[in-house]
Amino acid sequence: MATNEGQKIPEEEQTAAKLGEGTIPAPLKEWKIQYTKIFINNEWHNSLSGKKFPVFNPANEEKICEVEEGDKEDVDKAVKAARSAFQIGSPWRTMDASERGRLLNRLADLIERDRLLLATLESVNGGKVFSNAYLMDLGGCVKILRYFASWADKNQGRTIPIDGKYFSYTRHEPVGVCGQIIPWNFPLLMLAWKLGPALCCGNTVVVKPAEQTPLTALHVASLVKEAGFPPGVVNIVPGYGPTAGEAISSHMNIDKVAFTGSTEVGLRIKEAAGKSNLKRVSLELGGKSPCIVFADSDMDTAVEFAHQGLFIHQGQTCTAASRLFVEESIYNEFVRRSVERAKKYVLGNPLNQEVQQGPQIDKEQYTKILDLIESGKKEGAKLECGGGPFGNKGYFIQPTVFSNVTDEMRIAKEEIFGPVQQIMKFKTIDEVIKRANNTHYGLAAGIFTKDLDKALTISSALQAGTVWVNCYGSFSPQTPFGGFKMSGNGREMGEYGLHEYLEVKTVTVKISEKNS
Amino acid sequence: MSSSGLLSLDLFSLQIFIDNEWHDAVSKKTFATINPSTGEEICQVAEGDKADVDKAVKAAKNAFRLGSPWRKMDASYRGALLNRLADLIERDRAYLATLETLDNGKPYAISYLVDLDMVLKCLRYYAGWADKYHGKTIPIDGDFFSYTRHEPIGVCAQIIPWNFPLLMQAWKLGPALATGNVVVMKVAEQTPLTALYVANLIKEAGFPPGVVNIVPGFGPTAGAALASHMEVDKVAFTGSTEVGHLIQVAAGKSNLKRVTLELGGKSPNIIMSDADLDWAVEQAHFALFFNQGQCCCAGSRTFVQEDIYPEFVERSVARAKARVVGNPFDSRTEQGPQVDEEQFKKILGYINLGKKEGAKLLCGGGPAADRGFFVQPTIFGDVKDNMTIASEEIFGPVMQIMKFKTIEEVVERANDSKYGLAAAVFTRDLDKANYLSQALQAGTVWINCYDVFGAQSPFGGYKMSGNGRELGEYGLQAYTEVKTVSIRNQQKNPCNLLLSNFPTPLTICG
Repeated sequence: MATNEGQKIPEEEQTAAKLGEGTIPAPLKEWKIQYTKIFINNEWHNSLSGKKFPVFNPANEEKICEVEEGDKEDVDKAVKAARSAFQIGSPWRTMDASERGRLLNRLADLIERDRLLLATLESVNGGKVFSNAYLMDLGGCVKILRYFASWADKNQGRTIPIDGKYFSYTRHEPVGVCGQIIPWNFPLLMLAWKLGPALCCGNTVVVKPAEQTPLTALHVASLVKEAGFPPGVVNIVPGYGPTAGEAISSHMNIDKVAFTGSTEVGLRIKEAAGKSNLKRVSLELGGKSPCIVFADSDMDTAVEFAHQGLFIHQGQTCTAASRLFVEESIYNEFVRRSVERAKKYVLGNPLNQEVQQGPQIDKEQYTKILDLIESGKKEGAKLECGGGPFGNKGYFIQPTVFSNVTDEMRIAKEEIFGPVQQIMKFKTIDEVIKRANNTHYGLAAGIFTKDLDKALTISSALQAGTVWVNCYGSFSPQTPFGGFKMSGNGREMGEYGLHEYLEVKTVTVKISEKNS
Repeated sequence: MSSSGLLSLDLFSLQIFIDNEWHDAVSKKTFATINPSTGEEICQVAEGDKADVDKAVKAAKNAFRLGSPWRKMDASYRGALLNRLADLIERDRAYLATLETLDNGKPYAISYLVDLDMVLKCLRYYAGWADKYHGKTIPIDGDFFSYTRHEPIGVCAQIIPWNFPLLMQAWKLGPALATGNVVVMKVAEQTPLTALYVANLIKEAGFPPGVVNIVPGFGPTAGAALASHMEVDKVAFTGSTEVGHLIQVAAGKSNLKRVTLELGGKSPNIIMSDADLDWAVEQAHFALFFNQGQCCCAGSRTFVQEDIYPEFVERSVARAKARVVGNPFDSRTEQGPQVDEEQFKKILGYINLGKKEGAKLLCGGGPAADRGFFVQPTIFGDVKDNMTIASEEIFGPVMQIMKFKTIEEVVERANDSKYGLAAAVFTRDLDKANYLSQALQAGTVWINCYDVFGAQSPFGGYKMSGNGRELGEYGLQAYTEVKTVSIRNQQKNPCNLLLSNFPTPLTICG
C-alpha cells in the first residue's frame, strides 16, 4: 500500500516515470466520468429503485457526478448473474486455468493503458496526492493483478500418501460466489487485492465499492468486459454499507464474503454470516499499530519511516503507525525531528505537483479526527504542531503531532484514521512489548534497531500480522497481509491469500493394490 | 456406579481439568452420564459453566504468556510430548475402548480397532508436523528481506461431539498442540468419560499445566461461554449446523475469534449401474449404518441408477436385516444403541415422517429392544428428494434409497442441499469418476469406497457443512496465525550488485 519515501521506487516505475518528461506525467486536465451505473453480466444497469447518490471531490466539497445506488434487489440481481456464471459447464467453469491467468494479465494491461486517467480519478475522488495515486496505487494494482494472474495455473492440489489401499488427492476448487466489500482509502488497490486471488482461483464476484469512491471501480468494470471475462464473473454494485453491504453479508446465495474496513463493521459481517448461511468470512480491519524505535537505531531513517508510516495518505491507512514508542534516551530529539518533519508539509489540491497532503475523505471522517485531536488536548497530551483544520474549503487537517502521550488516552487507543501522530516514551524491551500488545488490534508493527537480538525477539513477541524491521509500510504482492486478534481473520496476498478463495476437496479412490 | 460392570471408574477423576489439576465445578453442580445400552446412570461428572470456563481460559492464557515453558519449548519437544501422549493412550487402549463403549454405546470391537487406532495415528501424524510446519522466505520487491512465521493463534476453545469422543478429541488436540496453541476443551455432556481419562494421560505425558484444560458441561452454558469469550482467540466446533450458526454469531458479537466448523451433512452416495454391485451394496450399507448412523458424513442419500435399482434395494434390505443389533460388548454385535433418549426419539420421529410422507418402509422402522436406546436398521425405498427424510440429517440407522436416470440429473440432485460434507461414487468408469468427483459440492469425495479417513487427508465441508479443514497439512492452517516479517536490507543480491558493477543498464534483472 505504501511505497515510502526513503524506500526505493521500483525500477520499472522509475523507468516509466523517466519515459515521460523525466518525472511522473501530469494528471489529466480534462476528463469525463463515463461509468456511473451498476455493472452486472458485463452490462450497465440502472438501480431497480431508481435511486442515485452523489459522489464528491473532498478537496473542494463539490459534487463530481451521481452514481446509481445499488440496494438489496440489485445485489440479488448481481448474485443471480454471478451464480449463473459459476454453473457447472459455464464458460468460466470450463475455462483453462491458464486462460484465467491470461485474462487477468490482460486486465492489468488495460489498467496500465488507462493509468493516467485512473490515477487522476483516484486523486480527484479520493483526495489522494496524484503522484502517490500514479506510482503507488496504480503501480500496486497492476503488480497485484499480474502476481495473481500467474498463480492461476500454479495453485496445485496434492496427492496424499493415505493409509490403506486407496489413492487420495486434493483439488483446490473455487468457493463460488464471493461478495467483496472494499473501502474508500485505496479504492483501486483494494479492488485489485480482492479481484486478483478470487478470479485466479476461478470464483465469481459481486463487489461493492465504497460509496465515497465508486468511480475507478466502475471504470475497471468496463476494462473487465474489454479484457474478455465472461458475463457475470465480475459484478460491481455501488451502494451503501447498511443496504447493499448488509445484503451481501446476509445473502443466502453468496458463498464467501471478504471485507476490508472497520472492526465495528467486521463484527457485523461475521455475525450476519453466522445468521445466514455460514458463508466463509475474511476480514481486514482496523489497527492501532505500534512502531518501536530503539536508541540504537539510525534516527534519520526511523524518523522518516515513522513519519511516512503515519502520515501517508492523510493517515487514512489501516496500518498507520499510530502508536509510536520511542526509547527514553532519544525521546526528546526524536520528537523534535518528527515535528520538524511534519511541519514541512504542503497541503492543498492533491492534483498539484507540489502538494504533499490532500484532504480527508469526507466530512464524517474530518469531524471524527478533529474530535479525537480535541480529546488529546483535553487528556493532557502535548500538542507539538498542527491540531486543527486547514483552509476554509475541503476536508483538510493540519499534520498534527502529540508528544507525552500515555497509553490510556483516547488518541493512544482508538483508530484515528487521520494525520495525527502519537509519540510515547518507553524504557525497557519487556515494557514496550507488553504495551505494544495491549490492544484488541493486531494488524502491523514496526521496529527500528540495529541490534539483531532485539529485532528477532520483538518481531516474535509482537502480536501483529506484519512486522516491519527498520522499515514501515512496505507492501508487496508476494508477502501475506492480515491481522491478529480483532484486526481481522485470514490473510490477503502471497500464496497464503489463495487459501481464502478455495475449498479443498479430498478425493479418495479405492485401488486394488498399493505400491510405494 | 452400578452399571459400570467390571470397569473401575476409580482410575481417574470425574472433575474439571484445569492447570493439570482436578477441580469441582465452581457451582458444585454435577450431571449424570448415562449408559445408552441400559438407560442407567454410570456416574456423576462435575458440570462446568461460565465460571469454570473463565478459570480454564485464565489458566490457558497464562500457559500461553510470552516466556512460559510452553512458549519457550522446542517445536520438536512438543512433537515428543504428543508422541508420548499417543504411547500412553496405546498403553491404556483396552481400558479406553471399554470406557468409550460404555459411555457411547458403540461396539467394543469398533472402539478398539477403529476409534483408538485412528486416535493414535492422528496424534502421531501431528506430532511429526510440530517441527516441520515451515514458514517461507519471500522474494519481496525492493530492498527488503521478508519471511513468514507460522505462529500459534493462542487460546483455542474446542467443542467436541459425542459420536466419536476420543477421535474428535485427537483431531482437535493434534493440530492445536503441534502448532503450539493452548486449549480449553468442552466435551459432550453425553460422553465425557474418555476425555477426562485422557486428561490424566496429558498430565502424565508431561504437558505443562494450563496447556490443555478440559471442562465437561452443556452447550448452552459452557459451550456458549467459550464461543462468546473475549479472551478466547479461536473456537473449533464439531456438531450440528444449527449450533454452528450460534457459534459464528457469537464470534462476531464478541471478539472476532477465528472459527472453524465441522457440521452436519446429508451426503449423497451415487451408485452407477456399472459398479461392482456386491461391493457397492456393502459399502452403501456401511456408509449409512456405521456407528449406528451417527456420522456427520453418513451416506444418507443413496442414489441408485434406474436399471439396477430393484436389485440394489433387494440386496440392501437383505444386508440390513442381517445386521446384528445388541449388547455392544458382544463381539458379534454390529450395532449398539443410539447415544441417548433425545436422539432415539428424534430418529423414531423421522421414521414416522418417512412413512407419512409416502416413502416405502422396506425393513426396520422401530425400537429394537425393551430397554436402552436401540433402533432397528431401517430402509426406505421410493424416497423423493422433497421428503423430510431426504433433506434433513437423521443421525440414525435409517437409509434412504433414491432412483436416478442420468449423470447430469444425479449431480443436480446430489448438490441440491445446504450441506456439502462428503459424497461417494461407485463406478468402474474413469470418465464418470472424474466428472462426478469434480462436479459434486463436497469436501470429501470417495470413489468406490466410503468413510475412508486418513490423518493425512483433509476433511471438512462445503456450504453449510462447515468452515475450514481438519487433518492433513491443511488442518494446520486452522491453528496458525501467519506473521510476515519484512526487514530493510542494505542491498539486494544479485540484481542491484550487477547493476552497480556495470555502467550499462542490464535488462535481464528487470
